[in-house]
Amino acid sequence: MSEALVSLHNVTLAYRRHPAVHHVSGTLARGSLTAVVGPNGAGKSTLLKGILGQLPAQEGKVMLHLPASCIAYLPQQSALERQFPITVLDAVLLGAWTRRGLLGGIAHGERERALTALGEVGLSGFAARPVGTLSVGQFQRVLFARLMMQDAELILLDEPFNAIDARTTADLLALVHRWHAAGRTVLAVLHDHQQVRAHFPSTLLLARRLIAWGDSAEVLSAAHLQAAQDMIEAWDDHARPCAPELAA
Amino acid sequence: MTVYQALFEPFQEFAFMRRALVASLALALGGAPLGVLLTLRRMSLIGDAMSHAVLPGVAVAFIYFGLSLPALSLGGFAAGVAVVLLAGLVARHTELREDASLTAAYLLALALGVLLISRSGSQLDLLHILFGNVLGVNAPGLLLVAGIASVTLLLGALLYRGLLLEIFDPDFLGAVGGRRGVYQQGFLLLVVLNLVGAFQTLGTLMAVGIMMLPAVSARLWHDTLPAQLLNSACQAVLAGVGGLLWSFHADLPSGPAIILCAGALYLLSLTVAPRGWLPRLWRRPHLRG
Repeated sequence: MSEALVSLHNVTLAYRRHPAVHHVSGTLARGSLTAVVGPNGAGKSTLLKGILGQLPAQEGKVMLHLPASCIAYLPQQSALERQFPITVLDAVLLGAWTRRGLLGGIAHGERERALTALGEVGLSGFAARPVGTLSVGQFQRVLFARLMMQDAELILLDEPFNAIDARTTADLLALVHRWHAAGRTVLAVLHDHQQVRAHFPSTLLLARRLIAWGDSAEVLSAAHLQAAQDMIEAWDDHARPCAPELAA
Repeated sequence: MTVYQALFEPFQEFAFMRRALVASLALALGGAPLGVLLTLRRMSLIGDAMSHAVLPGVAVAFIYFGLSLPALSLGGFAAGVAVVLLAGLVARHTELREDASLTAAYLLALALGVLLISRSGSQLDLLHILFGNVLGVNAPGLLLVAGIASVTLLLGALLYRGLLLEIFDPDFLGAVGGRRGVYQQGFLLLVVLNLVGAFQTLGTLMAVGIMMLPAVSARLWHDTLPAQLLNSACQAVLAGVGGLLWSFHADLPSGPAIILCAGALYLLSLTVAPRGWLPRLWRRPHLRG
């Protein structure tokens, strides 16, 4: 169970040479269900991009123990065209890109899988609807169905329940649990500590640097959260780039 | 005037009308679907920009080779490609977005083109290049236009899934390992190719009309992309045939006549299409009840 899927060795990630995440080390176990928590600007999204390889590590190393094509990623805000003239079913089928690519035919099996995925996210009967007619919550369900089509081993979610209604959130959380039960590894950036305590066994608390990573109940202690808040407030954005001994 | 005289005789009697018909059909089939994709990218005005970007290449070719179609086309294509690549480079390596860098590049190209032409040719030449003449299409010109339409449709079909995903969700395409730049630049190259194909018949300024007007009105009719693509091509074909006949009978310049026909279809779509104005009025009492 504790076999490493992703190991981080002293990873520092930076935008335009301005570090956003400092010296993070640790391992993400295969089959784990982990929440990434931290104050605003703590570098949570940055860490996901580092794992994806979209942002190369400036220092240290991100080691993936799975092919990069086995990672599915749901970004927080994407340049997605919500009024695009495409049906819900076709939008979900695009998740098969990793297997079918540009030219591969969409076999009957893929279509069945897409319909099953739509059923699991609670949108059966929506297949022929244009995506432009969906509500925000329904659209997020479609994106979850597309994630399922990718059949990924590691699933990265960046604030998946932001601005989503309670009912949808509950349904999608149940889905995340099913992925976990099926042996998939899920890493999700979240804000709601209550939700994390209730649904995510392990937590990674980040505030530019790693505050704690482990069992959720222990990580989300008052002392840790205070430390994270202090760290962000004391942070000097104009400090010399990445001095190893920052007075926090 | 019988129906036969109005609709068929011009094409049966005159070879130049037949060639013009084939040319406008080819332009319609290739250009209009590209126009739909352009509007979906929210780049409706980029077609306009690209048509100007073609100009300096045409001008340089004109200076060295006179009014020779292959030379003008090649020159125009080279200039268009240069602008697309340059704009892509600028967009990727600076903060500027794609449309901003394209705008900068095409404005420079346009100024350069007008300068070059006015230094060397007469005003009439400039007019000919800017507004084209569909009735003067010759056999090589036809081959060029038909070839470009074929290449556009074949490449468009081949890259369809990628082109679609690059517009719908570019981040996802990048995340699953699709190469965004390939689709983006490949698409813009097809646009340039079609504008070059159209400039002899409609001129650089009008070429955009047959690409964008049917595309914009097609979006008012359907909810799915394939239907919109097909609808736009049909409207462009209709506009081409209608415009040619109108210009023949009323003795008008053919390019503007074709574009105005496309414009009439646009107005029609605006009023009666499902997403247009009249159906909206119709639905209101239903909602109140």
